This record gives sequence, structure tokens and C-alpha cells, in this order.
Amino acid sequence: MSKTFVHAPGFVAGDRPKIVSSRFEYADSHTLERFLATDGYKGLRAALTRPANEIHDDVKSATVLGRGGAGFPAGTKWGLTPQQVWPRYLVVNGDESEPGTYKDRLLMERDPHQLIEGCLIACYAAGLSQCFLYIRGEMAIAQERVALALNEAYEAGYVGKNILGSKFSVDIILHWGAGAYVVGEETALIESLEGNRGMPRLKPPFFPAANGLYGQPTIVNNVETLANLPWLLTHGVAAYSAIGTKTSPGTRMVAVSGHVKRPGVYEIINGTTTFRELIYGEEFCGGIRGGNALKAFVPGGGSAPWFTPDQLDLPFEASQIGPAGSMLGSGAVMVMDETTDIPAAALSLTHFYAHESCGKCTPCREGGTWLERILRRVVDGEGTDADLQQLLEVGAMICPGSFPHASNEKLGLTAVPFPYKMTTICFVGPSAFAPVHSALTLFRSEFEARVKKRVTIPVTAVAAGASVGSPVGASR
Amino acid sequence: MSRLNDANIKLAHELIARYPRPKSALIPLLHLSQEQNGYITKDAMQHLGELVGVTSAEVYGTATFYEMFKFEPVGKYLINICGTLSCALLGATELMHHAEKKLGVKAGGTTPDGVFTLAHAECQAACTEAPTLQVNYRYRLRVTPNDFDNLVDNLRDGKLKAEFPEHGVLSKVRQIIPASRAVGTFAPEDVTQAPAWLDGKAAL
Repeated sequence: MSKTFVHAPGFVAGDRPKIVSSRFEYADSHTLERFLATDGYKGLRAALTRPANEIHDDVKSATVLGRGGAGFPAGTKWGLTPQQVWPRYLVVNGDESEPGTYKDRLLMERDPHQLIEGCLIACYAAGLSQCFLYIRGEMAIAQERVALALNEAYEAGYVGKNILGSKFSVDIILHWGAGAYVVGEETALIESLEGNRGMPRLKPPFFPAANGLYGQPTIVNNVETLANLPWLLTHGVAAYSAIGTKTSPGTRMVAVSGHVKRPGVYEIINGTTTFRELIYGEEFCGGIRGGNALKAFVPGGGSAPWFTPDQLDLPFEASQIGPAGSMLGSGAVMVMDETTDIPAAALSLTHFYAHESCGKCTPCREGGTWLERILRRVVDGEGTDADLQQLLEVGAMICPGSFPHASNEKLGLTAVPFPYKMTTICFVGPSAFAPVHSALTLFRSEFEARVKKRVTIPVTAVAAGASVGSPVGASR
Repeated sequence: MSRLNDANIKLAHELIARYPRPKSALIPLLHLSQEQNGYITKDAMQHLGELVGVTSAEVYGTATFYEMFKFEPVGKYLINICGTLSCALLGATELMHHAEKKLGVKAGGTTPDGVFTLAHAECQAACTEAPTLQVNYRYRLRVTPNDFDNLVDNLRDGKLKAEFPEHGVLSKVRQIIPASRAVGTFAPEDVTQAPAWLDGKAAL
């Protein structure tokens, strides 16, 4: 079989353990035939030969961390369901749309059977009687590949009634979204799945595991999280824990984009791989394009506060990234070199979050729009000194108190740890402020060079007619 | 008339039957309606409301939340150019300017012949292959101005029909659940017992 790498050049290089991307090298990786020839559905079979609670214990002791953004352990999440309340549902979050992120789309397009197997293992272990696989609307190819795989799996007896001839029965229903970033938030995802506007629910309850779809206990898991389960069940907890660190075991998929020589999605070892290795390592991105200097990078998707070269030696370990002032989020690194126009880069992200605000919480709906408008004015050279202050004040209404940022030796900054306080239900509002705050804190001089210092003309002078016809607020 | 036709009504009932509550099928049904008519009409929303048992106002409420549902005709090919950070760093703004010139319409506009609608888009989840665009939600990666011109010319000449179905068609593959294999769905209030496999013994 020929090896093709159309979307993910990153997979070409390196000889690292592959848990979720092991089949990506095959052109027919999405077919049942290839899947079965490469250990497919072996994890499911292994799971079904043991009682369900043992499988749940395995996932707990392997500390499979959620790969959607929050990094919450999957086994613990499954355990939050109230006793003796039925039915329970599984909702798969395939609404991947965080700027910079695209591991889930690859996992759905390249290895849909692995995801299906993961769903089945989760349903078996946690007693979930129906599974809804929610795929982002704009991913037509992923929808087709998953639909084909489900059709094959139903025909072959891997999904549906009496799976592999056992007493385990579960339907997996393919569901499409229709274009809304906020639906990636788990309670918004549930609202959307109920046929409503995809707005996050008020909290508490904090976890849909207690009260989710139709008010029933519901587990919402990310695509990559579930894709880890077949390997875990095939190879065992010890083998899984042997990769990565104790607090961040296994691997994770990271998309590195922007000004690097070899952008790509890489499956890296969790907990130990550093940003320097990832950006400069020959088996990963191979450095910055044209040998340019690194200016800044976003370590965990568009919502994450930015890092500068000072933080390059930090590893992909949540317990170190949080205190350093940012988050690992959804596994997306966006790299900006020395040629980057920082205010414009911040505007690109702030525009995204302002545009994607669902409108439920006022600080996000109004604040996000304000941030975008003021920032656009500054980028267009129409801003004033007061605008820079205003940006921070508007941000403080979304996130009161000190907003996390990285340390910086040159600027004499010490890190403010993650997370922040917030006045909104979900993270879309704070995310609109994150790029503005990072850019302003780390690169304030670029904003100052952009704003015009306006001269206030005394009212009396205007009344005397002295300045009629002359511009108010001459630029310096 | 833009109610669902008979074949689509049959599909609609199949979709509705997969969910514990009928309203859950609303977004898939809106896609089905858009596939049939190219966009969502008032009559369509009325009909979908009847099918899932909610008012047309509720259907309107849901439909208008989502970017992909259009309420007036759009071109046969909807070209969405991504403008979020990774693409912006690698020439998305220039690509959009070029596209506006090539098609003779501003972002958000439709060409007079009704073939193309050009639009700004947010992150398309292909960030390492920037700049990206989607034609009816199917990718073109690392797009240069020259690539864009070729794409538009080929679409206009009908050479890419197999790759890019007309606007409204999303997935060319439908999920089929054979009746013999389906577990079926139940209203939550009708389920009071733990699933059979939670009896403390192995399932196999």
C-alpha cells in the first residue's frame, strides 16, 4: 500500500510511539479492511471479555486526560454520573473549531473506525446506552468517512444490537452541526443536539455527567480522548503509563502552524516534549522559515495567552504551563516570527471570538465587540493612547483581576498563573481578551507606535471660531 | 413550495426515529431541506416544525443561530476563505483581495450569474496548510492566487462537479442503520433499568 501524507506532513518524520495516529500512513486507513488488518476492534473484544467496571477502572488508573481543552481525566468524568439513574448517554464532541487546532478532523477522516471502537469501549465501561457522534458541520469529508465507517461497522456486527454476539448493545447516531464555534462547549453541544440554539447552559450543574442531554446523565468526550481507548485496551494500562509522565501519560496530537518550516500535526510524547523541540527539532517543524527569529507563539489554541522565546523550554505538561501563565488547551501551537504585525495578529483572533459569541452573556456579547472595534481602530492607525487603556478596562469587565500572562526577562515581567476569573458562563468571552492582553503586555511598544497622540482643543477656542475648519485632534 | 418532497419526508422520518426526542433531528432536517432547495425558506421551516412537533418560530430560532443555514439563495458554489490567525499569517488577506478582484464581487456577494458566492470564514481546521478555503465545505489547501484562478475557471467550466457537489449537499454518504441491527431509541422516561451488560459479568 502506498503511503500518502496529504494533510499532515508532520507524520513523515520521527520514530515515536504512535497511539492514535498509527494507521495514518496508509492511504486506505479509513476502511474496515485496513482497520481489521492492523489490530482493529481488538481493544473492544478485550474489553467485552471483562466486566464493565474493570474497564472503567483501567481508564481511571491509566489517567487518560481529556484532549478537548480542559484536560479533565476521562475515567473520573465517567464516575460523576449519579447512581441508578438511567438512561445515560455518550455525546462525542467532534465540533473542533478552536483556532489552530485540527487533530480531531484528522482522526475522523483518517481513522474513523478507531473512534467508533473508542465510543463502544466508553459506552460499555460507563453503562451508556446510546451514543451521539456530533461532527462539525463544515467538515464534509469527515462526515462522509465516519458515515461510511459506521455503515461498515453496523453491517459487520461491531455496532448495534448484540455486539460481537454479546449482551452489549448500543447504537451510534451520526449527527452534524451547522457552523457555530461555541457549540464546542459541552453544554452548548447538548443544547444543539436537542435541536436548540447552541448556547451554553447556566452552571451549576457543572457537569453534564449529572444533568445533560434531556436532563439525563451524559458523558461528553472529545474525539481524541476516545481514540486513545482502543490502544489502551489492546496494550494494557502499564504500556500506556510507560509513555509520557505520571501526570500526563500517553501522547497527544499537536498541530503546529504559522511561520515554521514544516508545519504539521505531530503525535508527541505527553509531558516531556518541549516547545523548543517541537518548533526547532529536525523531526518536527525544523525551525522558523527563512531562519527568522521567533517573536511569539500561542501554546494551546487561540484562547491561550501567548508565550515568547523565554518559555521555549517548557514541556507539554499542564502542571507547568498553568503556573507559567497559559494553558495547553486543545493541542495547537501557532508560531509568529519577527516579521509579524502583532496588533494585527491579535485582531485576527479577537475578531474570531467576537464573531463567535453566542450573545447569552453581556460581557462577552458587548465586550467582545468593543474589543474588536477598538483594536481595529488602533490597527488602522486611527486609535489614541486612551484606546489602549480602554482595551484593558473592557477586558477587566470580562475577566476581573489579574489576567494570566507569561514572564519576560527583558520587560521585567513575572508570570501570572492560569486560570482567570470570569463574568461569563463559558470561555468565549475571556478568549476574546486573551490575545489582546498578551499582545499589549508583551509588545506594548508596537501599539504605542500605532496610536496617534491627539491634542484636545479647548472648548473656548472652538467657541471663538479659532479652529473652525481645522481638524480636531491633529496627529503628532 | 419548498416543503420536503416525498423521498425526503421518508428520510426525515428515519432521522427523527433515531433520537429519543424528535426535536433533536432539527439540524439534520434543516440540512436536508437546504440540500433540496439550496437555502431555507419559510415554508420549509413550517414543514420541519410540523415534522418534529414544534412551532415554525422555534425552527426559525434554531436555524438562525447557525452560520451554515442560508435564508436567501446563494451561488452554486460557496467559496469560504479562512481569515483566522494561521491563515492570516500566511497571506489570507491578500488571497481575499485577489478573490474579490477575480470574481468581481466583495466578500459576502454573489456573482450576477449566480455561480459563486464569496465569503469570509473563521478557522477551518486545516491551519498547517494555510491559507485555506472551502468550496461548499470541501477543502483547497495552500491556495495561491494562481490556484484560485484555476479553481474558479474549472468550477465555471463544470470540470470539478464530482469533487464539489452544489451548495446544500453536505455529506454524499448517509448513515444507514439496518433494521435487523438497530437497538432503537426510547424516550428517557421509558428507561428505568440499568443496561443489561452492567451485571458485573463479562459480556463475552
